[in-house]
This record gives sequence, C-alpha cells and structure tokens, in this order.
Amino acid sequence: MSRPINDTLLVWGLRACGAVSGSVVLLIAVFVFKEAWPALREIGPLRFLGADPSWHPVEGVFNLTPMAAATLAVTVGAVALAAPLGVLSAVFCHAYAPRWAAGAYRRLIELLAGVPSVVYGFWGLVVLVPLVAQWRPPGASLLSGVLILAVMILPTVALLSEAALKNVPRDYARGAAALGLSRWATLWRVVLPAARPGIATGVLLATGRAIGETMAVLMVCGNVVQLPGSLLAPVRTLTANIALEMGYAYGVHRSALFVTGVLLLALVAGLVLLAEWLSRGDVRGTAHG
Amino acid sequence: MVDALRARRHRIEDLAAAVVVWAAALGVTAVFVWILGGLLWRGLGGVSWSFLVQAPRDAGRAGGIGPVLVSTGLILAVCLAVSLPIGLGAAALLAEFASDRHLFGRLVRRSLDVLAGVPSIVFGLFGGVFFCQVLGMGFSIMAGGLTLACMVLPILIRSAEVGFRSVPDEHRHAAAALGLSRASTLFKVLLPAAMPGVIVGVVLGVGRAMAETAALLFTSGYVDRMPGSLWDSGRSLSIHIYHLAMNISGGDANAGASAIVLMVLLLAINLAASFIASHFLQRGVVSV
Amino acid sequence: MNRDAALRLTAFDDVSPRPAPPLIRTCCLSVHYGAKTAVRDVELDIAEGAVTALIGPSGCGKSSFLYSLNRMTDLIPGCRVTGAVRIDGTDVCEPGVDTVLLRRRVGMIFQKPNPFPMSIRRNIELPLKEHGVRGRARRAEVVETVLRDVGLWDEVKDRLHAPAQGLSGGQQQRLCIARALALEPRVLLMDEPCSALDPIASGVVEDLIRRLRGRVTLLVVTHNLAQARRIADATGVFWVRDGAGALVEHGPTDAVFERPAAEETRRYVTGLHG
Repeated sequence: MSRPINDTLLVWGLRACGAVSGSVVLLIAVFVFKEAWPALREIGPLRFLGADPSWHPVEGVFNLTPMAAATLAVTVGAVALAAPLGVLSAVFCHAYAPRWAAGAYRRLIELLAGVPSVVYGFWGLVVLVPLVAQWRPPGASLLSGVLILAVMILPTVALLSEAALKNVPRDYARGAAALGLSRWATLWRVVLPAARPGIATGVLLATGRAIGETMAVLMVCGNVVQLPGSLLAPVRTLTANIALEMGYAYGVHRSALFVTGVLLLALVAGLVLLAEWLSRGDVRGTAHG
Repeated sequence: MVDALRARRHRIEDLAAAVVVWAAALGVTAVFVWILGGLLWRGLGGVSWSFLVQAPRDAGRAGGIGPVLVSTGLILAVCLAVSLPIGLGAAALLAEFASDRHLFGRLVRRSLDVLAGVPSIVFGLFGGVFFCQVLGMGFSIMAGGLTLACMVLPILIRSAEVGFRSVPDEHRHAAAALGLSRASTLFKVLLPAAMPGVIVGVVLGVGRAMAETAALLFTSGYVDRMPGSLWDSGRSLSIHIYHLAMNISGGDANAGASAIVLMVLLLAINLAASFIASHFLQRGVVSV
Repeated sequence: MNRDAALRLTAFDDVSPRPAPPLIRTCCLSVHYGAKTAVRDVELDIAEGAVTALIGPSGCGKSSFLYSLNRMTDLIPGCRVTGAVRIDGTDVCEPGVDTVLLRRRVGMIFQKPNPFPMSIRRNIELPLKEHGVRGRARRAEVVETVLRDVGLWDEVKDRLHAPAQGLSGGQQQRLCIARALALEPRVLLMDEPCSALDPIASGVVEDLIRRLRGRVTLLVVTHNLAQARRIADATGVFWVRDGAGALVEHGPTDAVFERPAAEETRRYVTGLHG
C-alpha cells in the first residue's frame, strides 16, 4: 500500500523541517563559540572584563567594558523613554482614543515598527545628529543613540502592551466602574496591574532588541571607545564594534569580536527565556490580578 | 465636605491622566511625522526612473541603484526559496503533528523563540563563518540569502502555525471521516485554509529580510556591480544606504533616495499582502 | 492481509437459512478520556442495512461510542479505547488496522455540517481523487449521482463551482452526506445530524436517512425521541451507571418504546411522553 508509506514520509519530512529549524540556534551558538574560543583561552575573561587598560586590539589590548557600558547606557536610556511612552500609547488605543483615532494610531505604530533600522540610522545621521550638534557638538552621541533606539523599540512595547490590555477580562473594568472608580483609577489600579506580565514581556523583548540593535547606533553614536561620561559623549556599543572591526580583524582580534557575539547571544537568550517565563505567569497573573 | 474634596481630587487626577495619555500619543505621532517628513524631504527629489535602473557611478554619489535592486531581489529569492518550505514544514509539524506536551515540539518551539531574539549582527557573524567559510561560499548572494533564511524562519513559522491553528477542527474531522491520508489532509485541506496566516508570515519575513543590514555586512558583501550569478557578491539596498550615508561623503542625497525606495517597496509588499489576504477571505476560506 | 479482505464488501447473495450474522459487533467496548471513563463495556450487535438509533441523555457516552467505531477517537488527545469492535469479523481496534481504509468503509456525519472551504463539486471530488477514482467524466458522474441521492442536484447543479459554505445549513449537511456516500461506505455513523438544522431541513435529512436504509448500515445518535421512532429499525438506550455511560437497553424500536425492559428507559421514554 502506498498511502501509509506516503504518510510516513510526510511525517518524517515535517520532523526534519522541525529539526532543522530548531537546530539553527544551536548551530549559531556552536559556531560563534567555536570562533570565540581561541580568544577566551589566550586572553581570558578577566582581561576582557577590565584587567586590560583599554580596547586596542591591534596592540593586543582587549578591554570590552567601555563598550559594554555604552551598550548598557544606550539600552537603559532607550527603555526608560520607550517603556512609559509605549504603555501610554497602548492605554491611549485601549481606553482613551475614539475608534477611528485608535485604528489610525495603531496603523502608525505598525508603520514605525516596519521602518528598517538603517533608515532610522540615516534619519538620525542627517536630521537628529546635526540638531544635537547645534546645541552641543559633536552631536553623534549617547543621547542621539538613546533617542533613535527609543523610537525603534517603542512599537514593540506599545503593540505587546495593547495585546496584554486586551487580554484583561472586560469584567474587571466593569466591576471597577460599578464601584465608582474613575477611568484612570480603573486603569491604574485594576487593568494595568492585571496586564503587568504581558507588559513586562513586551519591555523585556524591547530591551533585547535594543541590546542587539546595530545599524542605528552605529550611525548616530559616534563610535569612540570610551566609558560614557555624559549624555553628549560619543560612544561605541558592542554591536557597533563588531560591525566596524570585523572587516579587517584577523587572528585573536577577530576571535575577540566573536567573544562579543557570545556575550550578546547569552544576554538576549537570557532575556527571551525570562520573558517567556513571565508570560507563562500571565495566566495566573490575570486570574488573581 | 471631605468626600467632596476627595471627589474633586479624583476628577483632577482623571483629567491629568487623560492629558498625559493624549500628550504621549500626540508626541509619538509628531515624531513619526517628523521622521517621515525628514526622509521624504531629503529623498523624494532623487527618485526617478533612471535612478531605479542605472548603475551607481562615482562610488554611488551619482547614478542609480539598478544592480543593487537586482542583488536585493536575488538575496530575497534565495532567502524565501530556502526558508519557506522548511518553515511551512516546521509550522505544520508544530501545529498538527506535535502536541504541546511533546518534548520534541516544545524544544523546537523554545529554540525558535530564542532564535527570534538573536541580534542580527550575531546572524552576520554566524553567516560569515558558516556559509562563507565552512561551506565555502565566500561573500556571495547565496551566503547572504541563507543567513537571512535562518533569521526569518521563526517569523514564518510563527505566523504559519497560527494560520494552521485557526483552521477549525471540523475540517480535520471531515477529512479523517472521509479517509483522507494525512498528506492529502495537510496539502489539500489544511494548507489552503491556513493560507492567510502563511501569507502574513511571508510578508513579515520579507519585510524583515529586506530591512536587514547588519547580517549582510559580512555575508553578501559590498560589491555594487550587477551580479552575474548567485555566487557573486551583491550589495543589498539596505547596505547601499548605510554605505552611502556613513562611508561616502556626498552620498546623502542618493542614500535618502534609496531609503525612500526601500520604504516604498516595504509598503507595497504590505499592501499586496493585505489585498491577497482579503481575496482569500472572499473566496470563502473563512465561512461568512 | 486479512484485515483488507475483511473490510472488502462481501457478497450480498448469501442465501443460508440461518439469520445473517451482525455486521458490527462490539465486545466490552469502553472509551476513556485520561482517567475518566466515558462509556463502559458496551455489547451491541448491528444488523447489516438497518437504521439504528442511539438515544439517551447528554453526556452518557453515545457520541464517544460512535466515534470509537471508525477510530475517530484516535484524533482526540488523551482518548483510549479498550475492548473490541468487530466489523465483518475484523477487530478494527487493533493497532495494525489502516484507519484510512476503515474510515472509507465506515463514514461519519457530524452534528455541525462541515463542508471544506472549497467549491461544492470539489468537496465531493477531493475524497474521490484521494481514493483513486480516475477520470473526469467518471467523477462528474459520481458527483451527479450522489447529489441526486441526497436531493441536492436540482438545487445546486447550476452552481457547482460556488463555495460550499454559501449553502444553507440543511444543504450543507446533505452535501456532507453526499460526500460520504460518494465513497460507497458500508456503514455511516451520524452524530446528531439534525440537531443544528431547522425543522424543515431536519425533515429533509430524516427522509434521506429513511431512503438510505438497506443500502447503507446507519447508526444515528439523536436526542429527538420522536425522530428515533420515525427512522430507526432498532434503538439502543445509553444511560449513566456508576459514573460511566452504559448501554442499558437495545432492541427493535417498537419494543424499546412500547415495552421498555430497563427502568431508566421506561422513565426516559414516558417522561418525555407526558
């Protein structure tokens, strides 16, 4: 009989597709780690983390902390801006905007989400950086990076928060209204707490995106390797460093860039798994929230 | 008296909250208009038919983006040709053949979630080692397309899986009661019904791939000549924008025009997709 | 292999004097969902060509029983079937049985009409193609025959290309029956085929069931006692006993309704009478 054989083939074919898709991430981890291994062995994690005076890979000096600090600063700044604005955007669509405005605004957020990062970078380079430079040169700075990144990750926060708000049972809001709570009190005390796991997931995923973003920060941050001393200082992030130096790096230097890759991969994987763990709590959260 | 004061305070609080919410929304809208306006103002003048078809001259300061568009199209074609069948297969597996309790299905799903969060520059590092060096493809359209295929897999799979899951169980039961094999059930009943989800996935995937820059820096390369084959290096539109804006002084005008072209392409794909999706809906995929 | 042979149509012209053996015989058939038993130890014989109604209150395992007869229970996660279902002598519960062939022989109609999201014609042609009916002309012939069988031909012959989901509920259900008939099944299982339909459409389907009698063996789960009396040669009554569904009575329809043996049946039947 040919039919069962066909079906067996189908199931094995599908399993093969699943296995290939599932193993891509392993393959990435294995290869990036393999390339990073020589540097980890020769230089050791301590020198990456600050035992070396600075980052001069050609002279064999490999301190990653200035760039890690820059990544941290840009990310924290961008999330600090985008998280409240994103949640407010979601609240606007969910509870305040008239129907047409909510639809239009959602469309706009989706459009923002679809703009390529290189286009944001280009806009930052030709519009935002000169503007900041007029105020305080040089313009290409931590501040520009924070602003651009905030715009880029805002849609992630806004769309996921709105989905979380939608998941809150309407009964909660109705119950609160029946108790005479105002619109804001209902949102602040009842709806937003119930939606917290979903919102937190959105913020975490946005954080992951900010850490991993390359092109926009590469184009507007100035790319000077230094600890970010002020908002207006030019800095270089971990991702920008890879993009800038990979083209000519070889030997231990190249391997050191892969160490950066391992670091980014670990950070983002941690964030994703944390976000997933949080959203699993979603069910419980809404149940007693 | 105290009650009245409290009520008054609540009213003011409510009003203040409304003002803040509206201000945030208007602020975001203003930034959006500012960005879009800035881009249009800088780029629109440079877009013309000859810009679309000519080869770049003077390192891209003059001329057009003809070969760049061709390379972009080829990279996308490679990306979809590889990721679409694998992604559909994996989605069908996750939705139809691996229940949520299956260890294998859970592992695949978890690893796809992590894959979706991997930064594009790390995809670039991986592609540069695996496709370019280990598999010996060098800087090529092939290597770039395959790297992007890895990147869009989670997006494709997620949407297609949603598409499969939204097919009502009645169709599965009907197919089983009629003695249809699993293969026929999948290809003739479920796949057509899941098509809207698949199309959404393809659009999101193409959008992500077309917007991607960092993953292509070290895989498909910078060469802006017309590619002769998939094994040639080819510069994508996004890399063209980056290169002109960052490394070529005087390249801003053409970078702006290229950015407009990129955005219009993305928008066109989106519109086409929603058109196709509504066409499918009209044909009775979803019962009226 | 013998399971194929057993499922093949056997010759009808068996003129032995003893009564024909039942087409379907279940032995100790139980259906479990996880730790819960939906229906326990059903022993039921179904004669070839008869219409059998399965009645009883909701949740007493009629549908679970029905689903186990053509292994649709395989599709329900966590569902386990024990015991045996012999159809023409072969136990279809055995793991080696090809469910595709089994379901071609034992078709099923569901409570909610479930045509595929395709044209009317393609709904019938898809399973035909799948089961190797070659040639456009041959298939067109079958499409017309079965649509005539269910009385749908005149209503849809001008719009065979229209989406099946544009039909009314009763038409959709008749299309589903036509689709099942196209495979020439020996047995057709119907899970409350009329309960989602209005009274007129329901009457049309009922007439159809009566016309199919003798040609196919029909098992019909229904909540409508009057309907069971109108259509069925034999009736089985399910009831919940000791926390699980059980078959409490089975016999000719008249006997079950006029002279019920089981106390539950008597109350159920008379309770609804007045």
